[in-house]
Amino acid sequence: MAEAVFSVVFAGPLVTCQDAGRPGNMRFGVAASGPMDRLAFAAGNVALGNPPGQTGIEVSPGGLILHCEAGEVTLAVTGGDFAVEHGPQKLRSWSILTIRKGERLAIRAGGAGSWAYLAFAGALQTGTWLQSQATHAPSGFGGGRVQSGQKLVVANAETRDDRLGDIPRPDFTAQGRITVVIGPQDRHFDPAAVETFLSASYTVSDAFDRMGMRLEGPELRLQAALSIPSEPVVRGAVQVAGDGAPTVLLADHQTTGGYPKIATVISSDTDRLAQFRPGDSLRFAAVDAARATALLRAYLQDKARYLHDIATPRGTFAQRLMRENLISGWTAG
Amino acid sequence: MTVAPAEFTPIGDSAVLVSFADAISDTAHAQVVALDRALGSDPPAGMTETVPALVNLLVAFDVTETDHADISAHIRGLLPGLQAQGIAGAQQRVPVCYEGDCAPDLAAVADATGLSPEAVIAAHLEGDYRVLMYGFAPGYAYMAGVPAAIQVPRKPAPVRDVPAGSVIIAGPQCLVTTLKMPTGWSIIGRSPARILRDDPDKPFLFDVGDHIRFERIDLATHHRLSAEAEHG
Repeated sequence: MAEAVFSVVFAGPLVTCQDAGRPGNMRFGVAASGPMDRLAFAAGNVALGNPPGQTGIEVSPGGLILHCEAGEVTLAVTGGDFAVEHGPQKLRSWSILTIRKGERLAIRAGGAGSWAYLAFAGALQTGTWLQSQATHAPSGFGGGRVQSGQKLVVANAETRDDRLGDIPRPDFTAQGRITVVIGPQDRHFDPAAVETFLSASYTVSDAFDRMGMRLEGPELRLQAALSIPSEPVVRGAVQVAGDGAPTVLLADHQTTGGYPKIATVISSDTDRLAQFRPGDSLRFAAVDAARATALLRAYLQDKARYLHDIATPRGTFAQRLMRENLISGWTAG
Repeated sequence: MTVAPAEFTPIGDSAVLVSFADAISDTAHAQVVALDRALGSDPPAGMTETVPALVNLLVAFDVTETDHADISAHIRGLLPGLQAQGIAGAQQRVPVCYEGDCAPDLAAVADATGLSPEAVIAAHLEGDYRVLMYGFAPGYAYMAGVPAAIQVPRKPAPVRDVPAGSVIIAGPQCLVTTLKMPTGWSIIGRSPARILRDDPDKPFLFDVGDHIRFERIDLATHHRLSAEAEHG
């Protein structure tokens, strides 16, 4: 079968192989991992004609430069607003292109966003752990980090001319405040702390990786120097350390912890939150748990509809030209 | 044993935390394990996973199938029938080498407790350990049962790059590390046991609620078992 081989000319820190993740192992201390922005990751795959969870590469703001050593393959770039250079051609993320032997692909942080995704029309060859190629970055288990100097092999590499071009971006995601459900330790904070948390503006700090995002802003004071028995924590949990600073736990979070949690970011907002950058400011708004579940259900429906829509090939350039000629022929007639 | 009233707290959009106590106790943990097993054999529709911890159990679910109210109602129905007392976790034996480089802090623990190194080892071997929960890192199992005589505080500064398999005593808890990591707790031995197994049917050596006894091995046996584990 056809194979595409890349050498990694440069990979910034936290560039990792990811698939849809390995849910169901939190009881063994293992977070689900998978992409920080699951929607963008799935979109790249689906627009390319792949299953939504097919293994790809998550690119950090540090960037990634690949050189194609052999073969050819069609690939999609989605995620944050990153700059994409394909040889001399300058593109943005949310596009599909074919890279061939001797060509170079550079993906660098652009106007906005913290994570970009590279999906391949083929099977990226990596290690697996617990039946998943997702990388758990703190341990390096799974598909693993992508490092400068290494080779990447895409097996069963295909070119898909009918997929080339721009990918329509999602138009249904929430804007503005990040939605949370308050608790479970809200009682342990000063009475004013929840009000402060919901009214103040917080800034994303540099302490931001796949495990979590530490925020800077007004201190969230605990009523006493209290420790709770270590308890399970989920992606989206907002834990507050002794210094009163909140940290939102993300894809590679620890599965249990003893820091009090003031709130949990709802699942339909963790993808867009992960695309914030250090220095960006944000505010929180609270809903009750039943409303959060309803919001997530609506989001999952919108997401399914969007992924379904972008999964349809738009046809080759010749086919598209033909279609447009027909349409203009009708309207002109 | 009577089962205390459980507290139900919604966690975000897709989980419920069921808590049996505010403070750590054997009773609360036994209830966590009992509920975890009951849900394992009688899962509500849409349940995706459970995460047992010291005093509470997280029950996560798929919002396309269920919600907080239905999951909580199912759990309330299971609580009266919980048999927390009779739960026998599996018995497991874990080999430990207490010699040389395997036990860099053994002498310091002996100094701190006024015991001989041999007495520290004997005390560690006497402990009846129980797996309370996993956390911190993949496969990192917190075991209760370190005898009071060898409970020592954290060291002033953590040590980096502690090898996987290190047997650590952390106050009342004992752990066997699974990754190279820093720790401020005392390393009194090394185990060749493979906790991360990459076996889909049993990916991790321990289940929460298991009982662990440590068995002393010498350095040569440690090397032999480590080499065997390495080669599967």
